[in-house]
Amino acid sequence: MSANLLLHTRHLSIGYGNHRVAGPLSVQLKAGQLVCLLGPNGAGKSTLMRTLSGLQNALEGDVYLGDKRLPHIPPTELAKKLSLVLTERVEAGHLTVGELVALGRTPYTNWLGSLTSADQERVQWALALTGTQSFINRRLPQLSDGERQKVMLARALAQDTDLILLDEPTAHLDLPSRVELMRLLHELARQTRKAILLSTHELDLALQAADELWLLGAKGEFEHGVPEDLVLNGSFERTFAASGFAFDRTTGTFQMYPAPTGPALGLQGNSAAYFWTRRALSREGYQIQASARHSVQVTDEGWFIDEQTFVTSIHDLLQELSNRYSYRTDNEDLHKKRR
Amino acid sequence: MTRPLLFSLLILLSVGCFVVNLTLGSVSIPAREVARILFTQQSEQTAWLFIIEKIRLPKALTAVLVGWGLSVSGLQMQTLFRNPLAGPSELGITAGAGLGVAAIMLGSGSVTSLYAIRQLGISGSWLIVFMASLGSAMVLLLVLSIAGRIRDHVVLLIVGVMVGTITISIISIWQYFSQPEQLQEYLLWTFGSLGGVVDYHLLVLSTVVIFGLILAFASSKALNSLLLGEAYARSMGLTVGRARTIILASTSILTGSITAFCGPIGFVGIAVPHLTRSLLGTSNHRILIPASGLIGSILMLVCDSIAQLPGTQSVLPINVVTSLLGAPVVIWMIVSRHNLRASFS
Repeated sequence: MSANLLLHTRHLSIGYGNHRVAGPLSVQLKAGQLVCLLGPNGAGKSTLMRTLSGLQNALEGDVYLGDKRLPHIPPTELAKKLSLVLTERVEAGHLTVGELVALGRTPYTNWLGSLTSADQERVQWALALTGTQSFINRRLPQLSDGERQKVMLARALAQDTDLILLDEPTAHLDLPSRVELMRLLHELARQTRKAILLSTHELDLALQAADELWLLGAKGEFEHGVPEDLVLNGSFERTFAASGFAFDRTTGTFQMYPAPTGPALGLQGNSAAYFWTRRALSREGYQIQASARHSVQVTDEGWFIDEQTFVTSIHDLLQELSNRYSYRTDNEDLHKKRR
Repeated sequence: MTRPLLFSLLILLSVGCFVVNLTLGSVSIPAREVARILFTQQSEQTAWLFIIEKIRLPKALTAVLVGWGLSVSGLQMQTLFRNPLAGPSELGITAGAGLGVAAIMLGSGSVTSLYAIRQLGISGSWLIVFMASLGSAMVLLLVLSIAGRIRDHVVLLIVGVMVGTITISIISIWQYFSQPEQLQEYLLWTFGSLGGVVDYHLLVLSTVVIFGLILAFASSKALNSLLLGEAYARSMGLTVGRARTIILASTSILTGSITAFCGPIGFVGIAVPHLTRSLLGTSNHRILIPASGLIGSILMLVCDSIAQLPGTQSVLPINVVTSLLGAPVVIWMIVSRHNLRASFS
């Protein structure tokens, strides 16, 4: 067995009581890897996270940490191998950030929880790595949600484990904080050679940051692989098919609107403006086809419609097109119907 | 203010309150004379010597034990329930202790009062302590099992009051079938009294309370990790079931023994931990446990001094005084809800 293999499962089935959520699963976590667990709501992401972290028993099969089977690892030993960051907000108002992160040293301290200088060093290291040293004397209610999650991550780092599991750590965060946390996790996996597994709803962030994706479908189907492979082989579309949205393989995004049914248009150009024009046209229901009779040329200065009319904004472009094809009214009907 | 300074101040204050408490009562004894009696066991007036040694010293020591015991018990419950409104009397735990004591009387076949049970001697007092602790533990387990389904702090308080009411109703049914004199004695017991604990009772009470406090202090690391919730505590290597059992045992023993000997004493267990957290600005139980104990004992000594109504011949029941001081604190805690949320989730 490779020394890099930190966690693996054999024929693992997860669920509650008699209700099997998913399985049998065979997954692996290797050192230095950032893995994102994706799936629609209710697919059992939390159940899988809880089972892998030993908070919940498996229905069948086994979870191995290194070469040891999970239920047979004593609690303190397990705490030295695997740490957690959970979705729920921790409210312990009188704890300072320093004290909170120091709680991560719990598995290593004596019966009274006294910190040795080595423990203190580890706490400082964790704070430095997450960029939270300046918060050390602040209390939890004084932190924003983003800062709070970074502090919880610092606590997990202070626990000094090879594995860190995060259950929807980005759930309560605004977009910049989400991006920052994902970037931080990506860097941590590289720098510290830890294996980091997080469940998330952030598909596009996960596609960008993860070394590997685990997809858990609504019916318990499970697929894993390099993000780009999963996009290309259609696993992504299958996993999220039940949600009723189409995953666009060419752009890596989910389409809010059904496949366009409006007039066909050709579109040429290759700048950022091209990308955004395409999005605007798709939203309005135009089908983008290379062989269409009419076409739009995107240039640095503006947009040419059929190489005649020149407009300087997407607003004007859409206006002009709707005048030409009197398509806009249809589209509004469509909007009304949808409502 | 630094923590060692604050601690020395609290210790000084509790010693000061202890001495002041000894000087006050229906007979006024000067502080210098009190000190002389304490250090030399001699006095010009043998009556003073008797009053101090046989009445006031045991009572003041009981006040200290009660202050430490109830505050630390309340502190543990607040962390265990992750609810700043948890406390021994508020969640019906003291009522459970009362039921335990009442059970001895029902079991003994003859209807006897709590005061009569106290006269049973040393084995009797151990029996009371055991039954009262058992009663506390049963109610605590019941409330804890309900608490798992409740997220709202105030709702848990209401559930606790209801469980307490049920428990007291059971005692009342038994009371209904007993003699008027015994009813009167039971009512006196419910007022709470620090004065009835003398001689071997004091020895038993202090042994049990110190044992409970040691258990609590030994749980301080577990209590700290429970601050983040049970899942985090488990992920940090805590065997939650075992830690919880020790905390439950400590809480039940402290509340049960104190209630058995002194009657139900309200609001100390809920108010003191909260005051201590605000005063020291920490959630670390290694600091909170001794600090709550010190503040609790200061508060009990002050309450007892007020209860003596210095200069008069009458004495107020101790429970009346602690309720008058403590209930407004609880109301203030509920009104300023941010205070509740700041302590726990």
